[in-house]
Amino acid sequence: MSDAESPDTDFDPVASNTGEDFEPVDVFPDSDDFDLRPGADSCYKCATCDTNCPVAEVDDDFPGPKFQGPEQWRLKQTDDDHTVDDSVMDCSNCMRCDNACPSGVPLSQMHNTARGEYVSEQMDTLSVEYVRNRILANYRTSAFFASKVPRLANFAMNFGPARWVMEKTLGVTSERDFPEFARQTFREWWAERGGQATSRENAKEARERRGLPEDADKKVAYFHGCYSNYNTTEVGKAMVRLYEEFGYEVVAPEQKCSGTPMFANGMLDDARRHAEVNVSSMSDLVERGYDAIASCTSCSMALRQEYPELFDIDGIEDVAANTFEAVEYLRIHEDLREEVREAEVDGDLAEEFAYHAPCHSRNQGLDRQAVELFRDLDGVDVEDVGDSCSGISGTYGWKEEKYEKSMQIGAEMFEHMEDADGETGMTECPTCAMQMEHGSGYEIRHPLELLEAALVE
Amino acid sequence: MAIESDVLVVGGGLAGLTGALSAAREGADVRLVSYKQSTLRQASGLVDVLGYTPEGDGPLTDPFATIPSLPDRHPYRTVGVETVREALSLFDDAVPTYEGDHTDANALVPTHGGTVKPTARYPAGASAGLASDDRDTLLVGVEEMVDFDAPHVAAHLDAAGVPFDVRGETIRFPGDLRADAKVTRYAKLLDTDGEVAVRGRKVPARDALAQRVNPLLESEARVGFPAILGDDEHAAVRAALEEKLGVDVFEVPMGPPSLPGLRLEDALFDALDDAGVSIETGNPVVDFDGEDRVERVFVEKNGARIPNSADQYVLATGGFVGKGIESDREGVSEPIFDCHVPHAEDRYDWFETELFGDHAFARYGVATDDDLRPLDASERPEFDNLRAAGSVLGGYDFAAEKSGSGVSIATGYAAGQRAAQEAR
Repeated sequence: MSDAESPDTDFDPVASNTGEDFEPVDVFPDSDDFDLRPGADSCYKCATCDTNCPVAEVDDDFPGPKFQGPEQWRLKQTDDDHTVDDSVMDCSNCMRCDNACPSGVPLSQMHNTARGEYVSEQMDTLSVEYVRNRILANYRTSAFFASKVPRLANFAMNFGPARWVMEKTLGVTSERDFPEFARQTFREWWAERGGQATSRENAKEARERRGLPEDADKKVAYFHGCYSNYNTTEVGKAMVRLYEEFGYEVVAPEQKCSGTPMFANGMLDDARRHAEVNVSSMSDLVERGYDAIASCTSCSMALRQEYPELFDIDGIEDVAANTFEAVEYLRIHEDLREEVREAEVDGDLAEEFAYHAPCHSRNQGLDRQAVELFRDLDGVDVEDVGDSCSGISGTYGWKEEKYEKSMQIGAEMFEHMEDADGETGMTECPTCAMQMEHGSGYEIRHPLELLEAALVE
Repeated sequence: MAIESDVLVVGGGLAGLTGALSAAREGADVRLVSYKQSTLRQASGLVDVLGYTPEGDGPLTDPFATIPSLPDRHPYRTVGVETVREALSLFDDAVPTYEGDHTDANALVPTHGGTVKPTARYPAGASAGLASDDRDTLLVGVEEMVDFDAPHVAAHLDAAGVPFDVRGETIRFPGDLRADAKVTRYAKLLDTDGEVAVRGRKVPARDALAQRVNPLLESEARVGFPAILGDDEHAAVRAALEEKLGVDVFEVPMGPPSLPGLRLEDALFDALDDAGVSIETGNPVVDFDGEDRVERVFVEKNGARIPNSADQYVLATGGFVGKGIESDREGVSEPIFDCHVPHAEDRYDWFETELFGDHAFARYGVATDDDLRPLDASERPEFDNLRAAGSVLGGYDFAAEKSGSGVSIATGYAAGQRAAQEAR
């Protein structure tokens, strides 16, 4: 019977009718965890998230995001003996389910917390899987050492017998080539170039050229991430030159890994340690009027969404609200569209590109940005290769037992790359780039490189 | 600065997509922002115009003949029957894989509940299954998919008096898919014609499926499956099964999440892409600036408010389910622009006590002038440059009338067209 039919009862919800013996029951005992109950309650089981899951499309052992998120969350609250299902380790953390949910359920936050709990409470820290995941998740550490001896590292990391041993003992697939380490890291280049002082000079000159006030408040803090620092340094350099061209002073503050590979492997303690450094250095700058800019869409995703969803660190909300992806920021603050319309590209990058939008660009609303921006650029053609996932999802596709599935997920993208006119790929995400290169043999560029070619003298 | 366009459409459902397409084809620079992916994933993929009158009479044979006699406040009356026709032409042009445009009469499409739905347009994949066709029919369900019980659906259709014999059989889907496999898993397997193990042998999925169904076929001329027959390659999957089975094959539209809805979403987004529309999904529009005109709206991203400005705006955020209209104990409201939503003061007057009663709330939404501009409480336009389309509009009960898609397409088309004309 609905409440409308019984207006005559004595029940008056305004006055307490519980009596003095009432003892409130604490349904969810004290805890420092984020309360995800409103999120779980918002799920009305439409299963749209499941249709977005690239893993559930190919993996018959994976129950999909609806189970991993709201359903498992409820089970955990009501049953003390409930342990996190080990299938949570098969989620690749692409976070596409977030963008699918019409009800705003924080699915990836639920996955990340469940995975963290599984790894810290149920996983054997002496197991090969744990050790392997920890090494993969801490790519920054490996890259740091490799960058000290880049030539040796480039040889050793792709040395057949060594890779065979890595696969057999650690479960790191020998099918893939390790990315090449730059001879000079981005930060070494940055320091050699004169750091912030040089950038300030360059920005000042550009402002003069553009007729902007000398003291215009244009300053950004660059979160280059690990990959632009150790591997694709040309992306970081393009970012700096492009921003300076628009009159921005760039700083490159102290930073560690964004945490993306750590979230995906449930290594939340590692991720927090790195996040504390990043938030501390970025929040100082944000307070002084800088905005944080990332060139990798997974890094910007981590700072914007995963940090405030998973950690409670001083200043974290301000950093999240002031972090942007590099091209997005220029679209908001400059008339980028008009500048691109008037520009032309010739030389090396006058190409047809097969563009893939990374999954992590989706929640940020950036998946169509490159295609839409470059359709007005003379001299190039950028073709979208479809909305499928590349399949590598950071460390997922590096795991020996996941490699085949990773390639099955990527098959659609490879096919569309093959069909596209161009033979050069383009994406914002370093690991998507690895997968694109692995499946097609194409060289892969970043939109910032193309913008630099179009707009920087 | 802000991200700029001539026309900004807020909302990514059928109304928003049609609005953006019509504005772009009118020559405007159009941008569409949607909180999340399109809700078409939850739609059956059928496009109805009008199945029943507001009084519940029907199923109607000719929806267009009935439109002029609808109540004044009905959105179809606002735009007029000719606009409904033009809007459907735009849809037919943008989604050529749909059928039904050869006639004004409603088609009768069997649903996964065993009912027959009057609808104006339907995907080609549903074409061989129409209930007006008198060929005998075999329905094949999949054991693991509990929302399509073929014998039950067949019995329901039979009881509904369809002019043919219909029988239901249930098979195990070839390959050992998990019991709660997603519709996309079936579709992917058939799209790629991936190999599945059948009694120890590897067989391509399409062959394996046909082999399971063949022995069940008697004299039927057509076979219906739940709508899982492929995603990108659905036409090829259906053609392959028809060849292997020697009969026509059709899909029965299913509840959410729905592959026909997903395919329709893809087709419309492709049309928008071709028309040069900019699209952004993932974050909500939460606020705006402006008095008599909307100057700009703000898209919220994790605490950052990204300004988007345009000359003209289309509000296509949906009704109660899509959260374009909200209610609490105090009242009913439109959350972005706070447009006036006419409703009874006493909330006990919002609904009837019978579950399927004639609920007033089902018709709640913004009221508009003839130009689809939302009206305030004193019946003046809330803003000069804001038009509304789709289920954010009041004055009709799409669930009872079976008019949801048609109203979205017609008002989206009209709002987008007017917005583009004004933006010049």
